[in-house]
Amino acid sequence: MTATYQQPDAQGYYGSFGGAYIPEMLHRNVEELRSRYLEIMEEASFQKEFQQLLRDYVGRPTPLFLAERLSKAYNTNIYLKREDLNHTGAHKINNAIGQVLLAQRLGKKRIIAETGAGQHGVATATVCALKGIECIVYMGVKDIERQAPNVARMKMLGASVRPANSGSQTLKDATNEAIRDWINNPSDTHYVIGSVVGPHPYPDMVARFQSVISAETRSQLKAATGSELPGYMIACVGGGSNAAGAFYHFLDEPKVKLVAVEAAGLGVSSGMSAATTQLGTPGVLHGSKSLVMQTADGQVVEPHSISAGLDYPGIGPLHAHLFKSGRGIFLSATDQQALDAAFNLCKLEGIIPALESSHALAALNELKLKADDVAVICLSGRGDKDLATYMKAMEQKG
Amino acid sequence: MSRIKELFQRKQQQVLNVYCTAGFPELNSTLTVMQALQNSGADLIELGMPYSDPLADGPVIQASSTQALANGMTIAALFQQLESFRDTVKVPVLLMGYMNPILQYGFEKFCEAAARVGVDGLILPDLPAYEFETEYGAIVRKYGLDFIFLVTPETSEERVRKLDSLSSGFLYAVSSSSTTGGDKDFTAVENYLHRLQQMKLQNPVLVGFGIKDKSTFASAGKYANGAIIGTAYIKALEESAGDVSGATKQFLGAILG
Ligand SMILES: Cc1ncc(COP(=O)(O)O)c(C=O)c1O
Repeated sequence: MTATYQQPDAQGYYGSFGGAYIPEMLHRNVEELRSRYLEIMEEASFQKEFQQLLRDYVGRPTPLFLAERLSKAYNTNIYLKREDLNHTGAHKINNAIGQVLLAQRLGKKRIIAETGAGQHGVATATVCALKGIECIVYMGVKDIERQAPNVARMKMLGASVRPANSGSQTLKDATNEAIRDWINNPSDTHYVIGSVVGPHPYPDMVARFQSVISAETRSQLKAATGSELPGYMIACVGGGSNAAGAFYHFLDEPKVKLVAVEAAGLGVSSGMSAATTQLGTPGVLHGSKSLVMQTADGQVVEPHSISAGLDYPGIGPLHAHLFKSGRGIFLSATDQQALDAAFNLCKLEGIIPALESSHALAALNELKLKADDVAVICLSGRGDKDLATYMKAMEQKG
Repeated sequence: MSRIKELFQRKQQQVLNVYCTAGFPELNSTLTVMQALQNSGADLIELGMPYSDPLADGPVIQASSTQALANGMTIAALFQQLESFRDTVKVPVLLMGYMNPILQYGFEKFCEAAARVGVDGLILPDLPAYEFETEYGAIVRKYGLDFIFLVTPETSEERVRKLDSLSSGFLYAVSSSSTTGGDKDFTAVENYLHRLQQMKLQNPVLVGFGIKDKSTFASAGKYANGAIIGTAYIKALEESAGDVSGATKQFLGAILG
C-alpha cells in the first residue's frame, strides 16, 4: 500500500510521520485494531448503524451555511460547515460513535477516553450511555477545575471521570493515564482516542470517521455553487481531527487550499503558545512520530491556549506531513484574535462559536480572500462551554 | 562477549536486576546508588532515564522521574556522570528510557556515548520491533550494545520467538500486562512463565513488574533465570532519608538474605 495524502502506508506513515511507537503491553490491542478496523468499517451492518445514528441521533447532515454578512465584511464568499449543530455541540461525536460501534464489534465491554476541554469526554460518555457501556474518562486535574460544566455533563451521563494527577495535569497527561489504563486492562477495554493522534491505526481511523464533514461539504457545495471544490478549506487544529475530517475528501485535490489554524496563545514566540508546527520538532508522543513541542533535552513542554481543545503539545502525523510537504497552509491565531473573531461571528451571524473554531475564523484576517473566492470554514463546535471565558472577555472590554 | 552474556554464562538462576532512576533521589546520587546496588548484591543494574511522559510506568517510578527532572537530570548530564563509572561499577548496566528524549539527543550519538562510557545494553519500551528491524537495530549493533525486548502474557508464541530472536542479553518478561508497580496476583502469571520456559528460547528470561520481596523473587526464579525489581526499590529509596547505601543494603538484604 503506497501513501497518498489521504492514505498512510501500511505501517501508518504519512511521509516521515506516524507509525506505532508503543510498548509491547499494548501490542495485542493495537494490532487487533489495526488488522480489523477497515474490515469492520466496511461491513454493511456497521455502515447501516453508523449512518443511521449520524442522521437520527447526531442530526446529520449538518448544514453548509452561506454566511452572508461575514462574507460581505471580508468581501468574499464564506460558507460555514455547521458541526456546532451536532448533538453534544461539536464534531467529536462523529468519531465517538464510530469507535464505540467498532469496539462493540471487537467484543469490548469497557470504554476509556481522555479529554481536555471535555467535548470528547462528553461525546464518548453520550455514546456509551446510548449503548449501555461502562465509560471512564481521564481528565487532567487542572482541566477538571477549568471545565466544571462538562465534568458535570459526563457524570450525569453516567461516566466516571478520573483525575489525571501526573505531570502537568492537563490533556497530555490525561492521554498518558488513558494509555496506562489500557495497558492494565488488556482484554476487555477499547480506548477511544479523541483526535487524529496516537499509534497507527488511530490517525487514519479517526480521520475516516470525521471524513463525513468533507463528504457532505462536497455535495452541499456543488448544490450551492455548482462546484464541489472550494478555493479554501479552513479548520482549527488541536490534535487535528476536525481539520482532518474537513480536509479529507480534498486532500488529493491540489486546487483546494487547505488552511490549518493553530493556537498561538499569547503569541508564537511568547513561551505561552500551542502552535506545534511553528514550535515543534520531530519526536514521539502518545505512540506516533510527529511534531512535538519539547525542550532541547526531549522533555515534552506544556503548551498554552485560551481554548482547552487546542492546548496540546503535539499534532496528528497527517498534519505534520501536510506541513512539511507544503500541501497545507499553516497559520496561527492568538487568544485575543480568537476572541475577537468569536465576537465578530456573534454580531454578524448570530452564532456563538467554540473558542477552538474561533481560531479558524480568525484566519480570515490573514488570508486576503478575493471577491470570487469560495472559502469553507469548519465551525467545529458551539460556544456554550466557553461562556465563562467569553463573559470574562466582555467584562474586560467593558 | 558482552558483560551481560558473561553474567548469564556464570549464573543461570536467581539473577537479580534492579531498576533505579538516574538523578534520583538527588541529581548526583546516580553513581552512589549504582555502587550501593553492586555492593549489596545486584547482578545487573537497569538505569532509567527520566522522561516527562513515561507511558509504561506506574505512579512510583513516574514520581521518581518527575523528581529527577526537577533535579536537573538530562541525557547529556547522565553521560557526564557515567564518564568514569566503570572504575567502580563492574556489573552489567542497561539504560532504560523512552524514544523521544533519545531522538532529540540523536539516536546514533546516544548509542555511541552509551558504548563509550561502558553501558552494556538498552531497554526502550516504545521502540517497536518494526522500527528496530528497519532502522534502529543496525545502529544498536554497530556500537555493540545489547537490546532487550519485552514480552507479556498476551504476546503470541510466534511473536515471543520473533522478539527473542531480535533481543540479545536477555528477554524481559512482563509478569502481567501492567505498568510498573502493578499489583496483580502472582500465581496467575506462573502459567505464562511456565509456557515461556517450555519454549526453550535463545535468550535467558528475566521477570519484571510486580516483583517486590523475597517470596515474589523466589517464585519468579522457579520459571525464569531471575527477576527485575523496580518500584519496590524506588519506594525504599524514597524512604531512605538520605542514606542511599543503608537503604539499599537493607532492601536487597531482605530479598537475597
Ligand atoms: C469544538 C472543538 N474544536 C476543535 C477541537 C480540537 O480538536 P481537533 O483538532 O482534534 O479537532 C476541540 C477539542 O476539544 C473542540 O472541542
